[in-house]
Amino acid sequence: MELILAIASGVLFGTGFYLMLRRRLAQLIIGLGLLSNGANLLIFTAGGLTRARAPVIAEDASLLVRPFADPVPQALVLTAIVIGFGVLAFSLVLAHGIHTMAGTDDIDEIRSGGG
Amino acid sequence: MLPLLVLSPYLLIPAAFWLGGRSVRVAGLLALWPAALTLYFGLMLRSVAVSGPIEASLSWAASIGIDLSFYADGLSLLFAVVVAGIGALIVLYGSRYFGSQPGAGRFQATLFAFMGSMLGLVLADNLFLLFIFWELTGFTSFLLIGFEHERPEARASAVQALVVTGLGGLGLLAAAVLIEQSTGAAALSSLLGLGLNLANGEFYPAIVVLLLLAAFTKSAQTPFHFWLPNAMTAPTPVSAYLHSATMVKAGIYLVARATPFAGATPLWTGLITGVGAITMIVGAWRAVAETDLKRMLAYSTVSALGLMMMLLGVGTEKAVMAALVYLFAHACYKGALFLVAGTLEHETGTRDITGLGGLRHAMPAAALAAALAACSMAGLPLFLGFLGKELLYESLLAWPATLLIGAIAASALLGTAGLIAGVSPFVGPPRGGAPEHRVPAGLTVPALVLAFLGLFAGIVPGSVELPAGLASGGILRRPVDASLSMWHGFTPVLGLSMATLALVALLYAYRDSLRRRIWPRSLGSERLYTATERGLDALSAWAAPRLQSASLRSYLLVLVTTAGVLIFATLVFEGLPGWPAVMDIQPHEACAAILIVAGAISAVRAKSSISAVLSLGVSGYGVALTYLFFGAPDLAMTQFSVETLTAVIFVLVFYHFRDFGSLSPWTDRLRGATVSVLFGGSIAVVLLFVGANLTPFRLANYFAEMGLPMAHGRNIVNVILVDFRALDTMGEITVLATAAFGVRALMHISRKERKNG
Repeated sequence: MELILAIASGVLFGTGFYLMLRRRLAQLIIGLGLLSNGANLLIFTAGGLTRARAPVIAEDASLLVRPFADPVPQALVLTAIVIGFGVLAFSLVLAHGIHTMAGTDDIDEIRSGGG
Repeated sequence: MLPLLVLSPYLLIPAAFWLGGRSVRVAGLLALWPAALTLYFGLMLRSVAVSGPIEASLSWAASIGIDLSFYADGLSLLFAVVVAGIGALIVLYGSRYFGSQPGAGRFQATLFAFMGSMLGLVLADNLFLLFIFWELTGFTSFLLIGFEHERPEARASAVQALVVTGLGGLGLLAAAVLIEQSTGAAALSSLLGLGLNLANGEFYPAIVVLLLLAAFTKSAQTPFHFWLPNAMTAPTPVSAYLHSATMVKAGIYLVARATPFAGATPLWTGLITGVGAITMIVGAWRAVAETDLKRMLAYSTVSALGLMMMLLGVGTEKAVMAALVYLFAHACYKGALFLVAGTLEHETGTRDITGLGGLRHAMPAAALAAALAACSMAGLPLFLGFLGKELLYESLLAWPATLLIGAIAASALLGTAGLIAGVSPFVGPPRGGAPEHRVPAGLTVPALVLAFLGLFAGIVPGSVELPAGLASGGILRRPVDASLSMWHGFTPVLGLSMATLALVALLYAYRDSLRRRIWPRSLGSERLYTATERGLDALSAWAAPRLQSASLRSYLLVLVTTAGVLIFATLVFEGLPGWPAVMDIQPHEACAAILIVAGAISAVRAKSSISAVLSLGVSGYGVALTYLFFGAPDLAMTQFSVETLTAVIFVLVFYHFRDFGSLSPWTDRLRGATVSVLFGGSIAVVLLFVGANLTPFRLANYFAEMGLPMAHGRNIVNVILVDFRALDTMGEITVLATAAFGVRALMHISRKERKNG
């Protein structure tokens, strides 16, 4: 299973990066979204996989009983998801603003002051 | 007590700023404190003469072994007296010079900052503390040279002085480190007290070169001398104080201070004597070529500094005495001449020597001060300058004749420059606009005090015997016969003095034709400096656009290619770790992974924005499912809602980005695809093999045990976020809030833009 998730994460990184290299603003942002999902999946998988055992203490117990999924990467990823969302929303609106002002979504054209 | 008094000028900075900006009378009161300090250091000099050096320290940066430790012996107190004494006169003069102009408060405040730094420099015990004060004097000098910061040439000169002396400052720091490395001691008191000599230790040549780099740049020795004449853009009180009487002598102080433990080798003696002698000649030569009064005085200061440096290099008892007597004499006469030059410029509006003359009736007190100072500079009998010159010649008698001839030539040229600066503006037919009012006393009294000091000390040489003798004893580490007298009988030295005076008279008579004939006009060192500066500018102008293209794509390519190459190189050189033990594959999990991959690839291939957004969403849902299957329901929930929200926002905004066709040529796309495949591949490989080297569950166990008793929560992920790592979460919330503000502001802008457009 790790093999499959490693490939999935690699695909997310590769496609995200490829889209970030494109010239359209919208593609840049989609790429950013893929890349951040890939990074989250990377952290999650690297922390080790455990099936269906959420790190939640049962009602009748006072501590977690093994096996349970490692809560530390989960906490990291949870933060990263939310931050990633904030960044994505911000860059989306930024791109929208640039597009409105420059009248084009071609990054090269915006850079050369055209539009 | 001593540390507080040394640092007291710093404490007075606010008062100086406040009082300096008020009335002239009140600002003059500020001079009382440096005057009191002068008295204190003078009295201390007496007690040091009896009971030996005084050490005192305040704890400061104890963890790195640097305290505010001070060491007062004859040499440092001699300098401290000069710094505080002339400081008092300059504060008084400055209050009159600036009047109630805007900037008067800033001037007085910076002056006090400099005074504190300079006192710290000459009294510091620890070499690193000395370095800090050394740099502070350079920094305050920068502020004062660029005092009239609206003028571009003032700013350029300030930067030039800072760069040149700052270069030397780095040398001093490096030398201090090397000294501590080779001896284990960084305190002057222990270096001097142990009677160590670095010449036998490691790094000696490097230490000498670095120390002398510091001393030569600070004391404007050739080839670094060019910054000093340029520094004359500073207000004249600053030129008189920093750039003639005190700061530029810091290099002399450093050499004198280091002589006991670093001196007495051919390298040391040769470098200092040689550079000093060349500087002495170059400065004197250039001084008579100038027509700008202040630049002329600046070049003569360069020459005098070279002369003192050379004498310290010669290093005999007579030579060291000569250097210290000269230091006193120079501080008095050059300070006075600078102050008179400032008064001339203040009252007539010019400082061009060819445009000034016959002002003796308009400003008699200034004329008297200038004449007395010029006499001392020319070395007329009865003046301190005469004593200095006698000692100079006497100490060079036993040395190669070239040094003696050089000294005579430099003295003659210096004397001529002194007469041109101090006498020619006041004699002859009146030229230049004479002031209609009386020159205020605040502008003449300080110059008169200094000029008379030069005469008094010449008539009563006993007054400088004690400090000069004590200081020379400190440099030579043995008691020195310090008796000075005006009359030695008919000796060869007297003959040389008289010959010099005759030469001065001759050169002064032919000063105009001498000025025209001076050649070469300048040395190449300033041009070298300017060329280096331009070259660096050109280099950055060439390199910056290449390194900082402001193109996201090229940054990304560089970053990712570097990361990819490093990862692959590690894998190749370190070899792959063992194949990790992997879990079996369940069909539903495989489906989630397929969703991720399919979504990502379809996002790349999408031809319209809507399909790209939906593909991103599909891929994100796949990630969320994976979280769900592997025991992370919180992540899955968050990911689901974030994906949904993202999709909604995207659809709203992407309404504007309808077209999704490719803009780049296929070569670009191929390059991008190649790098992307390599990058994704390396990530996959790394991730796979990281699993083989999992760190044990240490943190997880801690949280699992402590979650309920300490944080009273059953959901460990939540407990980590809101309790154990609550500050992180607060940071996260702040980021989100900032992003929300940003979104709000951007929406506002684009709405306005749309209305206008």
